[in-house]
Amino acid sequence: MPDGSRLNAISPLADEPRDAGRHADAGAVRFEGVEKTYDGETLVVHDLDLDIAAGEFLTLLGPSGSGKTTTLMMLAGFEVPTRGTISVGGRDITRVPPHKRGIGMVFQNYALFPHMSVAENLAFPLGVRGIGKPERKSRVTNALEMVRMEDFGARMPGQLSGGQQQRVALARALIFEPTLVLMDEPLGALDKQLREHMQYEIKDLHRRLGVTVIYVTHDQTEALTMSDRVAVFNHGRVQQVAPPRDIYERPQTAFVAQFIGENNRITAKIEKLAGAQAIAVTRSGQRILCEPAAEAKAGEDVLVSIRPEALSVASPGTGGENALPATVSNVIYHGDHIRLTVAAGSGEEFVVKAPTRQAEHATIGTNVEIVWNARDARALPI
Amino acid sequence: MTAAAIPATQDRSRLRRDLARAGRRRRLLAIGLIAPLFLFLLFSFIIPIGDMLRRAVVDSEIAETWPHAAAMLRQWDRRKDPDEAMFAVLGRDIEASAKAHTVATAARRLNYAIDGGRSLVMDTGRALRKLDAEPPSWREALVAANPAWGDKKTWIALAEASGPLTDFYLLTAVDLERDSANRIVHRPAQQSLYIEVLARTVLISVTVTVLCLLLGFPLAYYVASAPPDRAGLLMILVLLPLWTSLLVRTVAWIVLLQDQGIVNQMLMAVGLIDAPLRLIFNRTGVVIAMTHVLLPFMILPIIATMRSIPPTYVRAAISLGAHPAVAFWKVYLPQTLPGVAAGTLLVFIMALGYYVTPTLVGGPKDQMLAYFIAFYTTQSSNWGLAAALGVLLLVATAILYFAYSRLAGLNQVRLG
Repeated sequence: MPDGSRLNAISPLADEPRDAGRHADAGAVRFEGVEKTYDGETLVVHDLDLDIAAGEFLTLLGPSGSGKTTTLMMLAGFEVPTRGTISVGGRDITRVPPHKRGIGMVFQNYALFPHMSVAENLAFPLGVRGIGKPERKSRVTNALEMVRMEDFGARMPGQLSGGQQQRVALARALIFEPTLVLMDEPLGALDKQLREHMQYEIKDLHRRLGVTVIYVTHDQTEALTMSDRVAVFNHGRVQQVAPPRDIYERPQTAFVAQFIGENNRITAKIEKLAGAQAIAVTRSGQRILCEPAAEAKAGEDVLVSIRPEALSVASPGTGGENALPATVSNVIYHGDHIRLTVAAGSGEEFVVKAPTRQAEHATIGTNVEIVWNARDARALPI
Repeated sequence: MTAAAIPATQDRSRLRRDLARAGRRRRLLAIGLIAPLFLFLLFSFIIPIGDMLRRAVVDSEIAETWPHAAAMLRQWDRRKDPDEAMFAVLGRDIEASAKAHTVATAARRLNYAIDGGRSLVMDTGRALRKLDAEPPSWREALVAANPAWGDKKTWIALAEASGPLTDFYLLTAVDLERDSANRIVHRPAQQSLYIEVLARTVLISVTVTVLCLLLGFPLAYYVASAPPDRAGLLMILVLLPLWTSLLVRTVAWIVLLQDQGIVNQMLMAVGLIDAPLRLIFNRTGVVIAMTHVLLPFMILPIIATMRSIPPTYVRAAISLGAHPAVAFWKVYLPQTLPGVAAGTLLVFIMALGYYVTPTLVGGPKDQMLAYFIAFYTTQSSNWGLAAALGVLLLVATAILYFAYSRLAGLNQVRLG
């Protein structure tokens, strides 16, 4: 089977990843010492080193202005790095013009050409590659089938719903069989339910086609549910690159802990390091057994971060690795869980997210003890 | 929900009444808001245009001046020669109008229809005014005053002109006339003028429109894609001509383009030419000045359309493998067409009716239709022909507009 008919070879429901017969690293991406400045004074992207394996789903996550979109645009070729090199599949593409990079791209507003029908939109990348009419037609049919839009070829983009437009945009970015696909907040304009559905579809396409996907979003849930790895950006620097679970449970910096999910933060100073664990002392003199991030040293000020669901409410005197007497100051019922605000004797406030059945007895004014495991308390350098 | 959706019958009729009342209030408000504009358009546009169209076909001058003769001529069987009774009716009318000093109106009207019509009527009027009593033979009296009355052609022309409606002006506007047998024929070449003027008007308008598009499109593209502060400055430069008097701009071109003007002096100083080029008071001057004056009307709708095209379209096309030039041609350009269509239509239709600029910077062979309309309105008081030429311009504009909108797709035209 020639490489050019890869999409024809797979049925829409085929399960096998389909990069058999291709260079194994064709979709691998490497950023080396990449920097970007627009005004010659401030760096939008700082000294970026990033390796992305072929077939990986990597999400660039960060607040707006953190450099994630600029990074994506440099990879696409619409921005030129002021320093460093970018390579795809081992080939340096830093100076290759964007139309010769062969990278598929999905935009936030879909960017379907409004004056062309769905089929014409899909045929566009094939047409500019000089692919003949009969093959174009069969590949358009296959691509429509792939995103389950068989009956929509003759429609104009304006006649489609947001989700349908996004499917066509996906099909268009994949129809010329790139090994690497970039997605710039592709689901940003959809409502919550549709967004979740499309997350599943994108994930499914990724699994079936085996392409490398680099996905930009500022939505942490999206990043956690879809990615193989997440790269968290802030102020032009990569804070942490790790699988979603590590990002959420073992953040390396205060920013990552704060940006992803909720957390209770306690300022403390590390008293002593003991193997994988450390003892930190809060300002009020409370000792906390915690797990330090790689860089933490004894005597350093840290931020101890504990997820609300890692805390549990127990009756006073229960004890454990960490236990703190506290009073319930607020209770909010959420159906499947209850959110408690508790005031510790030391003056800190904690938010506890407890399963409804476990926290039934906690009402405002109740004296309780909040307890947590040392491995759920991350000591992060400030 | 379901209970509220099916109210009892009397409730339903009350609901309907309330709805009607609420709707009425909204309708009255809408009418109130539109009324000032509607009245303004009615008095400043619809009524004057209607009156103009009426004047192109109404022929009341003879009928008002010589009412009895006009009534009689409408009944006249043109195969027969005019008899003494007819001479008598006409003679009495001419005598009356000569004494009431209204004969000049009829004289002017008959002059359009036949050569020497004015002197024919004025001579007759002068002769008949001296009469103290009814002449024994009106025929002899009239033929004595001017022998043309003995010619049947004079009578036919007079009958044609005695209204109440006429196609004379409309036929003249397209270089046609009726011959003595009442057939529509082409006017002799030395009397034909307006078809050529119309062709010239369309040609100049097309030239100006094409030049505006060629100059305006790249500029609009630059303004639309420039950063906001520079775009603002450029927009002021685009709008500046609009804020300056049309007359001032046109006269400025005379200063620039005349034989001793800056352009010629520069060209001669550089040594490109030895003698000054003729740049003004000819077709070149008209086209240059009109292009300058109309350019903003091309640029503004194109900029508006371009600004509404997100840059991601071109980026998407490039990311899909299209060379930037291909992306521009196949993805960007088609999306600017609504603005281009609006701009060309605006410029073309404005150019069709242009008056001031060609009058000031054009030669006698560069005058457009509007010049002749103005001439017949203000100088020769031939309102009928002025109105007919106005109708010609209106019809030509309408035909071109529909042809164009069919070509470009009417929904494609987006103004602003």
